[in-house]
Amino acid sequence: MMWRVPGVTYLLAALVVVFSIFGSGFASLPNLFTIGVQSSILLLLALPMTLIVMTEGLDLSMGAVLSLAGVVMAMALVDGRTLPLAFAAAVTVGLAFGAFNGLLIVALGIPPFVATLGTLGIAQGAALAATDGQSVVGIGDVLPALYASTWLGVPFSILVAAIAYVVFHLALYRTRLGSYVFAIGGNREALVLAGVRANFYHVAVYAVGGLMAGLAALLLTGRMNAGHPIAAIGMEFDAIAAVIIGGTSFERGNGWLPGTLLGVLAVGVLNNGLNVMAVSSSLQVAGVGLLVIAALLIDSFAGPNKARPTYARRTLSGPPSGSP
Amino acid sequence: MTVIYRLAVVLLLGAVLTSQSEVFLTVPNLLNVLRQASLAFLIASGLTLVILAAGLDLSVGANVGLSACIAATAIKSTGSIAAGITAGLACGSAIGIANGLMVTLLRLPPFIATYGMLWILHGISYWYMAGETIYGFPQGFRAIGSGYWVGIPVPVYLMAATLLAGGVFTRYTTYGHEIYTVGANAEAARLSGIPVRLRLNLVYTLSGAMAGLAAIVYLARLNSAEADIGEPLMLPAIAAVLVGGTSLFGGVGTLTGTLVGTIILTLVLNGMNLLAVNANWQPLVTGVIVLLAVWIDIVTRQRAETRS
Repeated sequence: MMWRVPGVTYLLAALVVVFSIFGSGFASLPNLFTIGVQSSILLLLALPMTLIVMTEGLDLSMGAVLSLAGVVMAMALVDGRTLPLAFAAAVTVGLAFGAFNGLLIVALGIPPFVATLGTLGIAQGAALAATDGQSVVGIGDVLPALYASTWLGVPFSILVAAIAYVVFHLALYRTRLGSYVFAIGGNREALVLAGVRANFYHVAVYAVGGLMAGLAALLLTGRMNAGHPIAAIGMEFDAIAAVIIGGTSFERGNGWLPGTLLGVLAVGVLNNGLNVMAVSSSLQVAGVGLLVIAALLIDSFAGPNKARPTYARRTLSGPPSGSP
Repeated sequence: MTVIYRLAVVLLLGAVLTSQSEVFLTVPNLLNVLRQASLAFLIASGLTLVILAAGLDLSVGANVGLSACIAATAIKSTGSIAAGITAGLACGSAIGIANGLMVTLLRLPPFIATYGMLWILHGISYWYMAGETIYGFPQGFRAIGSGYWVGIPVPVYLMAATLLAGGVFTRYTTYGHEIYTVGANAEAARLSGIPVRLRLNLVYTLSGAMAGLAAIVYLARLNSAEADIGEPLMLPAIAAVLVGGTSLFGGVGTLTGTLVGTIILTLVLNGMNLLAVNANWQPLVTGVIVLLAVWIDIVTRQRAETRS
């Protein structure tokens, strides 16, 4: 089941061909690096989002938590703390929100959509209140210099994203932990009967989501050279879009990490290509929406399982199957 | 029954605010609360029907934004208020129909279909307005949003009419009952002969139409249209539905509940305003209220189940 071709593969290929022909400068090495840099933050969110979607959940709070973590990091840097300390603070904030999400969903049985909608508001409100809605500027030179650095010719953000991908891929497909994630969405009952603390791992999946939002704050703050309370609002939707068009579905433990990578790249290529072709940025926004719908349509018409009853959103927001 | 609990919350909020602020319990402020609630309720009412049918419409905010821009252009270019209202309603309904078709014909998950629609509408609005602001509408049109009739704001009448029509529709018509059935169990509904796809199309269309109506009220109140005016409206609408006790799983909930949910959220925001709490705290407070409301719902439901 691991190697199949989701609709996004064809879309991505088509996009690359079209932009290579019509967009001068699209198919150049510097521009490919640009696409990678632009996609790196999204990938950091889309990786844990894949695991979360596999457990029949979703996390709407990621963009707001990322913004808050970025604000915390920037404020710490402005206060004169060192970068490792500021980074640790950002990751802690992310981890706390992620674990809180997990507890709301697993311990209290609140549907993921509602729980993370609530924490979205909490994180956004906290970020706005902490900054009074203003940008946090004057973060010093260390973080921007780190962000601008290249390692063996590879930009820092691409390196971080690549490492994150490899870690997630190995963890999901090569470790016991990964099997648990598949089982939480697929057959939780069996997992519990096998003596695994399914609830713990279920919370952990959300905690990892928050952790990665904290990690992404490093790249976001470095890129913007500032912290901003609504910098990443709505990015969780792009992450969900990348996961879905990559072939991971809300139906029971059905996840595909390489597809998520393709989905992230498709979003990045689309935005970059439209940019290169000088399409107005307002229509670029509509492009992501069309991309999602197109990828799902290709999947539903050309995919292996044509009869997908998808009227009801039940699986998306339902309580974790087999939970008390 | 759960509506009674929620009314108690409203009264409690009212009592607290009365004791804390001299302005709260005055006719102008209460009318202001009702006026604010009415706009939110118009959007949330359509959304309630969709969620009752176990669907979801994330595009309502963007729908309001685009419909308002279209209505604004129609009024400016024709000079006719009726043309503007027609254009706004038509735009909203067309978006609703498109959502319905994506869910029923193309079988896309509602979350994805309406989320894709959100971005598409967002993009179209920005492209269509090209950074312009359209402002200054005829007095007759502005009265829809900011006028009074017999001392009560005009939008409040629209809210009352929506509640009445929607209440009769959901409670006393076959269509209404079928929507609950589709939401509770789509397969069972299909087997018992309910045209599931048609009913789903109906709720998405109604949601779109209500967004179009809300767009007209919003436009008349703001007296100006910009590409992004619908953006902040989606989450409060979903919050109002959830705080009102409608279940995301479908089949459970009422429009009256959504009205009370809307009023609770509006009262809190009004209270924060009166007590001079920084507006930046609003998303946080809204988030906490949503979590509390849904959690209390779950706890009370579990209690009821263990008792029976």
